[in-house]
Amino acid sequence: MSLLTASHITKEYGGRTIIQDIDICLEQGELVSLLGLSGSGKTTLFHVLSGLVQPEKGQVFLEGEDITGKPGKISYMLQKDLLLPHKKIIDNVSLPLVLKGARKKEARREADPYFSSFGLNGAQYLYPSQLSGGMRQRAALLRTYLSKSRVALLDEPFSALDTITKGQIHEWYLDVMEKIDLSTLFITHDIDEAILLSDRIYIMTGNPGQIHQQLKIEPGRTHRKGFTLTDEFLNYKRQIIEILQAAPALPHAQETSV
Amino acid sequence: MKEKLENITNKLPAVLALAGIILLWQVLCSSGVLPAYMLPSPVAVVSAFFGDLPNLMTHAAVTLQEAAYGLMIGVVLAFVMAPLLDRFELLQKAFYPIMIITQTIPTIALAPVLVLWMGFGMAPKITLVVITTFFPIAVGLLDGYKSVDPDTIRLMRAMGASRVQIFRHAQFPAALPQFFSGLKISASYAVVGAVISEWLGGFEGLGVYMTRSRKAYAFDRMFAVILLIVIISLLLMWLVNILRDISMPHLRAEHSARN
Repeated sequence: MSLLTASHITKEYGGRTIIQDIDICLEQGELVSLLGLSGSGKTTLFHVLSGLVQPEKGQVFLEGEDITGKPGKISYMLQKDLLLPHKKIIDNVSLPLVLKGARKKEARREADPYFSSFGLNGAQYLYPSQLSGGMRQRAALLRTYLSKSRVALLDEPFSALDTITKGQIHEWYLDVMEKIDLSTLFITHDIDEAILLSDRIYIMTGNPGQIHQQLKIEPGRTHRKGFTLTDEFLNYKRQIIEILQAAPALPHAQETSV
Repeated sequence: MKEKLENITNKLPAVLALAGIILLWQVLCSSGVLPAYMLPSPVAVVSAFFGDLPNLMTHAAVTLQEAAYGLMIGVVLAFVMAPLLDRFELLQKAFYPIMIITQTIPTIALAPVLVLWMGFGMAPKITLVVITTFFPIAVGLLDGYKSVDPDTIRLMRAMGASRVQIFRHAQFPAALPQFFSGLKISASYAVVGAVISEWLGGFEGLGVYMTRSRKAYAFDRMFAVILLIVIISLLLMWLVNILRDISMPHLRAEHSARN
């Protein structure tokens, strides 16, 4: 049984079908990307998976439990770090614990040991505005982690970072995922990022959005040093670009960043 | 230390301008260009201020009490109403225009009616202060609640937060800056509102003192009251600033991070 399964998801807004009959799954420990042009309904799918909205059709299962329309089971992270400006970092990251009923003091005590492994030591009692973009993003990740769900949905979390910071945070994220046994579903429109990080890639196209194709990326994630310079990498990239270009044009579609 | 120095140099032009105007005023009065029955000199005002200080303080205590009660009720009312208006759109559609209309009614027209209804005691004064102070605070809070990024609310819902938790952890703190801007305006409105309603009927308070001084042609005392009202308003605003800094320590941190 897969860790997370979504079957036949259809979501409409105001009579317009945004995504149609989507089937995806996520296995334990996997990092799977959802790649598609802007407007293909990736974010809508995430809203359904995280339980924020109820789909017109279809169901979401987490370890066999039906969680359709039930928020609080899967953690969610966006491009914006969305740290609350008035809370110190330690209170920001331990917010999921407080929301579940922990006292502020207990929550702080529980969060504190993770600061060093998330590269945030010394930042506990600072405010978000006093941190760099990369640090804020790591704090957002720690918050995601402390929500203790086994699945994280990441909606273009790194797209605001510069290339070098992005590279570092990729490496670090894969490392953390390994350590804390987290499985990730990852939205991106960056083809390179998707190939580099993923075990599998779902390519979403169309209007309404549908899963067009699924790609399994070989070699495995742990053997990808210098992968971006290999022929395999370019082959994957060519394949994806062809699929995306063949897809019917979307209204207001933007260029993919390649 | 550096900050302090900066503070002083920032305020220097304002202090110099004010000192210049007072000096000019004094010169015009002492030289006899302006007769004392039209404009008392600054020195005369200050001496009237200290000469009748005990009496002034007794009246000020009454006015301050009215302003404080009114402001408190206004704040509490705004705190109760704003989340309701924010939560229920129908309520907002129904009451927001009414709130705006109450703001267009001139205070001076409303005060006698309130006296007629509630007598010459404190009640009509407090009511007037409530009406004038409620609006800026309620509007500030409402705008503040709306200023939260919808993605923040989505994220918190995805974490399983209840509506109350979202309000407590995100919306309410986000509204604090606007709340304090509203409170700053309201604090000075409160004093002015109380004084105006005292003009129009009452036995005690700075407004009453003012009316009596006017009737006695004691213009130096009238100006002394104005001076006192200015001082009180400035003190209240300063107090609000201190409260704001205590409630929002992260703003101070941001400020020092930028420098």
